[in-house]
Amino acid sequence: MHVEVRGLNKRFGEFQAVKDVDFSIAKGQLIGLLGPSGGGKTSILRMLAGLETPDAGDILFHGRRVNELPPQERGIGFVFQNYALFKHMTVEGNIAFGLEVKKWSKPRIKERVAELVELTGLSGFEKRYPHQLSGGQRQRVAFARALAPEPQLLLLDEPFAAIDAKIRQELRSWLREMIDRLGITSIFVTHDQDEAIEVADEIMIINKGNLEQKGTPWEIYKNPQTPFVAGFIGESTIVENIASIRGFEDAASWPGTKALIRPEYVEIGKPSEFRLLSATETGKVRHLHFRGSEWLVEVEVGSSKLVTYRSLEKEVLHPGDPVQVLVHRAYLFNDSDSWIMENKLKEDPMPVHI
Amino acid sequence: MSSTLQSRWWGWGFRSAVMLYFVLLIVFPILGIYGQSLSAGWGAFADNVTEPLAWKAVALTVKLALIATIINVLIGTMAGWVLIRYRFPGRKLLNSMVDLPFALPTAVAGLMILLLLGPQSPVGQWAERLGFTILFHQPAIVIAMVFVTFPFVIRAVQPLLEEMDPAEEEAAYTMGATKAATFFRVILPNMAPGIASGAMLAFSRALAEFGAVVLVAGNIPGKTLIASVYIFGEIESDNVVGATAVSVILLTFSFLILWFVNHLQTRRKGR
Amino acid sequence: MRRLWILLTFVVFALLLGAPVVRIAMGAWDQGWSGFAGGLTRPEALHALWMTTLIVIAVTVINTFFGVMLSLYLVRAAWLGPKLKKLMNSIVDLPFAVSPVIGGLMIVLILGPETALGGLLGSAGIKIVYALPGMMIATLFVTFPLVIREVMPVLQEIGNQQEEAASTLGAYGWTTFWRVTWPSIRWSVVYGVVLTVARALGEFGAVLVVSGNILFKTQTATTLVYQDVENFNLTSANSVALVLAAGSVALLLLMEWAKSRQGHH
Repeated sequence: MHVEVRGLNKRFGEFQAVKDVDFSIAKGQLIGLLGPSGGGKTSILRMLAGLETPDAGDILFHGRRVNELPPQERGIGFVFQNYALFKHMTVEGNIAFGLEVKKWSKPRIKERVAELVELTGLSGFEKRYPHQLSGGQRQRVAFARALAPEPQLLLLDEPFAAIDAKIRQELRSWLREMIDRLGITSIFVTHDQDEAIEVADEIMIINKGNLEQKGTPWEIYKNPQTPFVAGFIGESTIVENIASIRGFEDAASWPGTKALIRPEYVEIGKPSEFRLLSATETGKVRHLHFRGSEWLVEVEVGSSKLVTYRSLEKEVLHPGDPVQVLVHRAYLFNDSDSWIMENKLKEDPMPVHI
Repeated sequence: MSSTLQSRWWGWGFRSAVMLYFVLLIVFPILGIYGQSLSAGWGAFADNVTEPLAWKAVALTVKLALIATIINVLIGTMAGWVLIRYRFPGRKLLNSMVDLPFALPTAVAGLMILLLLGPQSPVGQWAERLGFTILFHQPAIVIAMVFVTFPFVIRAVQPLLEEMDPAEEEAAYTMGATKAATFFRVILPNMAPGIASGAMLAFSRALAEFGAVVLVAGNIPGKTLIASVYIFGEIESDNVVGATAVSVILLTFSFLILWFVNHLQTRRKGR
Repeated sequence: MRRLWILLTFVVFALLLGAPVVRIAMGAWDQGWSGFAGGLTRPEALHALWMTTLIVIAVTVINTFFGVMLSLYLVRAAWLGPKLKKLMNSIVDLPFAVSPVIGGLMIVLILGPETALGGLLGSAGIKIVYALPGMMIATLFVTFPLVIREVMPVLQEIGNQQEEAASTLGAYGWTTFWRVTWPSIRWSVVYGVVLTVARALGEFGAVLVVSGNILFKTQTATTLVYQDVENFNLTSANSVALVLAAGSVALLLLMEWAKSRQGHH
């Protein structure tokens, strides 16, 4: 289903939960709504479902305005954060509920339930009650229940929040695969960026009721359009005085500009490890943290502190060691603008304006 | 769409019916009695309220209800504690018996006490030999009040004791507190809100009690005539204005207590 | 120490609760089976028990229905503002604080034959006060909070997510209520109903005032007990009281059972 939202606004008393949000979603896409808790993601989802009424704005499914339609008539499936399974009904009963309400014939219901039980790998658990299931199984029941009436849009509110870290990983790939197979347009809410990056075709970053950026995970990572997005996605350190770092002297022409530097933008090592030694400067190793698959290194360059990774295969560094530091690029921002600047000594002398 | 429309009509119908029922059954009569009490003017109201027998009835009710409440606080706290903390044969039976006074018609309760304390009963004869009578005197009223309000304190204390973290008590022991010190300084403060709200409810119920008391009190004006029986007498003798005036005093008192209990409970939940 | 406390509790229970019940059971048999049966099968006793039955049935049905609906509105309805909800919520408890005699008086004041409303109804041939409808209204007033106070906390606790889930699956109000909400609250409703029955069965003060206690017309089981005692007819009073007490004990057992089911909906 093609979903379009225009000028969406929602207030709860004094609190502006959603502010002028516009977006459109192509059929069959899996969209992640990502942002900090209390940022308005769930409100957007609930308005799409019809569980909340927008104060202003239009919601269009297939180009038809659905604001006035109650949730019952929107043709959606909704997976709740705590699943909201009907606890006095068996797995079968839960899945069949939506079909019974829609007055499907008995044999058709039976067939559809069996199909979904098979699809979600719940065979053998049909007669169990929700309290007899594990968290992961409950999640699958919630998913099967939402899918049973063949909705055209699937909405998932923090679908993995209540599940152990280990099983979460498994369920994520399972969900991704399932949605690919069914080809159903889906929107899920999460506050976990790894989850969004891994599962979603496109991510919408929501903060303080605003839609900050919409794009593929790679676009968002590569070209963050607001300082919030830059800081929210991936790890980063803020550098106050970017002009003091070698290769970024030009930044001095924009007073009051700060920089955000990701660990993967920074390279460190012995002088012999660099091809373009002229673009590097000397820093000092402050701390080393072993992270299982790599080192996390804190280095001091002039007055700034930077964080980067270092492969375990390379020569081991020690605190206090002098190292060469190369900063490949930085994300610069001030009150009015933000852009990415490449190290001018490395290659391109012109900063890239977005 | 027609089904939506239909359900909306139904919804409206139900809402209006339920709200109307609520207003007519509860709000309207209560406003009515306050209105009525002043309908004959302030002077008549004051006259009826300052009628010595009326005043005595109200004062007697408050006094006896207070005594009954204190007795209930003591035995209720003890019983609540024993029923939650100790395991012994018969505990379940006792625990279900607690609600008996709520389930029993108050007139039946009155009759029971009448039979048990009457002059022919062993208790009555024994008291007689000691030189006083219970029945148709103030002790009988207190006993009736204690009986009908028995469950309040117990039922208010029990959940608090159940919720209480045993570690709090254990912590006190590890710091060298004796059993008695632990009880008074750790456990009792935890039970206090329950005791207080249970006592308030018991008090307000004792103030209002009619059925159990009317049978055992003797209802001698100025001596054993309590407020609700006084009101009943005024109604019987067609002095509706007098009945209303005393009712308003009693009601206002009860409402204040109820409001205070609600306040206590919301504060406790808020924590 | 521990034993002493347990012993003391037993003594209190035995004296305060046990002795009266035993005494009334014995009292009913003072004059043997014939005395008991005689007291119970008097025409006025049979009539009074019949009145009580009518009141209990009508009041339980009406207050269960309105109680459940009002609980739903007070917890869920968006069309009631939070301030109004809070106000109504505290008003619900008021009948608890009103002495039954005063409750009866209120109804007499509003619907009695001398009032405008009562006069109007009276000229239309409808008698409320000193007749069955008035007694029902008095009992409705007294038992009003019981169902609501049992159901509201459960509704609050289960939250509305299951109901929202049902609505996204296409279920409308009624279906959602019967298939999703009701199974979660039914044991609390049962508990509230049992309390209502017990209270309606035993209501005395309010009914006494409203009914006028007219023999063969508006006398209920409890007001009959009262009258028998006033007439020093203790054995007869006892037999009716014993039936009422037996009913209450049965209800008490039912309450215990409903409470244990309430724990695991």
